[in-house]
Amino acid sequence: MSYIPHTDVERQQMLAAIGVTTIEDLFEAVPSRYRFPKLDLPDGASEMEVAAELQSFAEANDHAGDFALFRGAGAYHHYIPSAVNHILLRGEFYTAYTPYQPEMSQGTLQAIFEYQTMIAQLTGMDGANASHYDGATSLAEAVIVGLEASRHARKKIVLSYGIHPHYRAVVRTYHQWAGLDIVGDDADHSAEDFANLIDEDTAMVAVATPDYFGRMADFRELAKRVHAAGALLVIVTNPMALALFKSPGEMGADIVVGEGQPLGIPLSYGGPYVGFFATKMGLMRRISGRIVGETLDKNGVKAYVMTLRPREQDIRRERATSNICTNQGLMALAATVYLSLMGKNGMKRAAELCYHKAHYAAAQIDHLNSYTVDQSQPFFHEFVIQCPVPVAQINAALYEAGIIGGIDLGADYPALKNHMLLCVTEMNSKDEIDTLVSILNEVSEKAGVTA
Amino acid sequence: MPSWKTPETLKYLKSDEWILIEGDMGTIGITDYAQDQLNDIVFVELPKVGDVFAKGKPFGSVESVKAASDLMMPVSGEVTEINTGLKTRPDSVNNSPFENGWIIKIKITDADNDALLDAAAYAAYCQTR
Amino acid sequence: MTELTIYEKSVSGRVGVVMPATDVPLSELPEDLLRSALDLPEVSELQAVRHFVNLSTKNHAIDKGFYPLGSCTMKYNPKINEDVARLPGFAHLHPLTDDSASQGALGLMHTLQEWLAEIAGFTGSSLVPAAGAQGELAGILMIRAYHQSRNDTKRTKILVPNSAHGTNPATVSMAGLQVVELPSDENGDVNLEAVRAACDDTVAGMMVTMPSTLGVFDTHIVEVINAVHACGGLMYMDGANMNALLGIVKPGELGFDVMHYNLHKTFSTPHGGGGPGCGAVGVNNKLVPFLPGPIVVIQEKPARKGEPPLYALEMPPQSIGRLKAFHGNFGMHVRAYAYIRTYGGTGLREVSRHAVLNANYVRSRLRDTYHMPYDRICAHEFVMEGHFEGVDSVHALDISKRLMDYGIHPPTNYFPLIVPEALLIEPTETEDKDTLDNFIEVMLTIAKEAKENPTLLTEAPHVTPVARLDEVRAAKQLVLCCRPLPQWALDQAGD
Repeated sequence: MSYIPHTDVERQQMLAAIGVTTIEDLFEAVPSRYRFPKLDLPDGASEMEVAAELQSFAEANDHAGDFALFRGAGAYHHYIPSAVNHILLRGEFYTAYTPYQPEMSQGTLQAIFEYQTMIAQLTGMDGANASHYDGATSLAEAVIVGLEASRHARKKIVLSYGIHPHYRAVVRTYHQWAGLDIVGDDADHSAEDFANLIDEDTAMVAVATPDYFGRMADFRELAKRVHAAGALLVIVTNPMALALFKSPGEMGADIVVGEGQPLGIPLSYGGPYVGFFATKMGLMRRISGRIVGETLDKNGVKAYVMTLRPREQDIRRERATSNICTNQGLMALAATVYLSLMGKNGMKRAAELCYHKAHYAAAQIDHLNSYTVDQSQPFFHEFVIQCPVPVAQINAALYEAGIIGGIDLGADYPALKNHMLLCVTEMNSKDEIDTLVSILNEVSEKAGVTA
Repeated sequence: MPSWKTPETLKYLKSDEWILIEGDMGTIGITDYAQDQLNDIVFVELPKVGDVFAKGKPFGSVESVKAASDLMMPVSGEVTEINTGLKTRPDSVNNSPFENGWIIKIKITDADNDALLDAAAYAAYCQTR
Repeated sequence: MTELTIYEKSVSGRVGVVMPATDVPLSELPEDLLRSALDLPEVSELQAVRHFVNLSTKNHAIDKGFYPLGSCTMKYNPKINEDVARLPGFAHLHPLTDDSASQGALGLMHTLQEWLAEIAGFTGSSLVPAAGAQGELAGILMIRAYHQSRNDTKRTKILVPNSAHGTNPATVSMAGLQVVELPSDENGDVNLEAVRAACDDTVAGMMVTMPSTLGVFDTHIVEVINAVHACGGLMYMDGANMNALLGIVKPGELGFDVMHYNLHKTFSTPHGGGGPGCGAVGVNNKLVPFLPGPIVVIQEKPARKGEPPLYALEMPPQSIGRLKAFHGNFGMHVRAYAYIRTYGGTGLREVSRHAVLNANYVRSRLRDTYHMPYDRICAHEFVMEGHFEGVDSVHALDISKRLMDYGIHPPTNYFPLIVPEALLIEPTETEDKDTLDNFIEVMLTIAKEAKENPTLLTEAPHVTPVARLDEVRAAKQLVLCCRPLPQWALDQAGD
């Protein structure tokens, strides 16, 4: 029996030591009516057979290893240096537990401390926690901090339309019974209209840069308006963009959250990813999630330990602001290893490649007669294309050429019918981009669309 | 039988807060028993001057490495002073819970609270825990 | 001996990974949005690899030694699971790939949904929740949504035993409901009279861990379930201890309405130093419409026998909503699938049989030396008290720290809260008798040391990379980051 090492002799010895005759005797406390039900599952299989079965599942998917991928929308295809996986596969890291016993967990603890530091540096904040489940839940947790900061006196949360639709949905799920007034994301408000939604009842304002549509903005003016009203500003961001562009901390954010998947974590059909959460020192005691701090052991040796523990569920119980226990520890390690390998120079290069390739693609597409790319705002590596025919039609043509095209925005945003959200990263070669552009052109010509 | 200091001049709550009432002003802190249970206090969360709290409501909290306790108002009132020294020296609460470790001063708006115990009653209560 | 941080090893100008040259014309960058400085490490690839390899050697891990953490189920993490999760068809699959182009992934998820429901006796399940705590949140939100849908709006309370894991009451607060804490009786079971007294039409439901967090099967769990159902509440099971129940009893058959699984406990997905996990939830008919989505459904039955159906992602009709972006920690779904497929139904029962055998064996060999507050047959874990008569200086903490000197990770300390100096021990089924015997010998030795030479314990650990830490200092002098503030922040602070 796989992974169960007992021999018959050992079983007998153990039963004798316990003082029972059979293993079944150990289950007397379970009501006999319900004991030992049949589990209607396929019979067990050998490792060889299991490997083959999983292989066929894997082969029945169209993935970025076989196709050129131009799809982003919250999950990004970046190059992951080989060394990341080799480190992650070290049993000392991935088969270790949460570092509650610091003397036996200094590897995990120091890696988290370094992760916190790198996230704080990237986002321009004072500190970060050890991770949340993903970018969406990080935002939902930030809202909790906003509500706590006003002692629940303020009930209004202003969310930008530019925040990923899944993230906004998660905020609403988490807070569905809190009697909140969540506004602002009903339309693509101008900066002025958006700022005018802020009032004395506002606990928190959340915006994104780059946003779901790829657009970047400087929120320094908004930050002033938010703070003048006594509210907190959360900025949702993309860590790859932060290698080039101004940090949200510099813009005046109180909390910075986002998805860390671009940092050395594969697409993996949506998870596991890692939600980062960074903030200013003044809010550190209010945030949820594990936090690692530096200290000394009793011999004066520098060491790392989980700190500010009383915030957490095992101590605060019903008074904890969040129930989070298990986080995304190993993925935070992946991000730390990735950032260490890429370093300052590699990250800047990767971000530049994304930026230039995306802008090349945007220029080529915009140049086509029947397509328009909205370049009114600066963008990082994603942009919106107004198409002459339905996006599904374009994607079908691209698929024939081995390309997975962008997102059909009309599905989530009725006003954006026939608009495609396209993403270009360092993984897309110039040839792939040129092929994509020519197919876009072909599709509109075949459809007989004139300019 | 362990014993903790329980000054006669103060009133107490079972949740281990003490209050010194002088006219319509009050000084509030936590007891020797409480600081002994908590061990090294690392942080005291203070309200702001001007905040108003009803009796029995939390006005702040006290944290050690392994525990966190809400601080409850013994009476209703408005915060007039907070002990900012606790920001750098939270251990004052351990060393001197009834003097240097005071937490807030308030203007009392309603002193009526059946839950307030005198020193003897509180000391007796501590022996049963 | 502390390892320097990766920053301390950095030298300005050092390059790690080399990226390719730009193969497209350059575009203008928006000057006013560029950052002024980027403070990330600058090390060579070899330096980075050495750094993390050296850090890893300071950890204890299942791959290294025994890890009897109660309620965590530190069983062996099969290597095949790591390989299959990394297959390109999974690793490189974008979450927003069209359903028609991800039938392999959807088929795997759908099958796992069905298997999890079958294992625990439920009708439906969702793989979305990222961890047990998120599964709990889903469960309580579903219970609340259920009552709301029937206009039963008075139900604002959730009953929680005082032995519950901290996530239980924290979850109830997060869902905006009120915790009513119930006492346990002298057997470690939840107090049935207290349950009956608390049940009324303001109770939305009750959260119970089965077996209990004390490691015992609650002898009157069916009466508890009946009492809560009788007043119109629903029963939630915290499935952290499912490792004792596989093929032993189905919570759904006992009457539970909803439960969460911890794939990273029962189904061997690795703990990863704190995560990731997956807190999939199973529900009965009452709650199926409310499941957190999206879940995988069969959109079209197969055209011919033997062919797979057409799968699709769908939000359940009255779903409590999205709990995270996309549809769950797919990488963990793959690992759990491989695990369940390896064992099959009969095999999973062997898992629980041997998990319970191992725990009872260790318990019976330690019960003469350590005080057992509930001295009866246990499930997959048991709790004992970590102190000795006449030795006031030694606590559970000290025993734990001394265990480290023997290369064994301590058991869970100070949980459940209702047992003083609690040590919660869960061997799991993947440990052989020799490992257990060694642990028993060590625990007996430590008991002797406590009486003969208690400072060995109170000063422990002695041989780990670091000794006991100053946690007070860590909390008072918060150092959470090893880099100085950037220049713009210093400039702003000066304003």
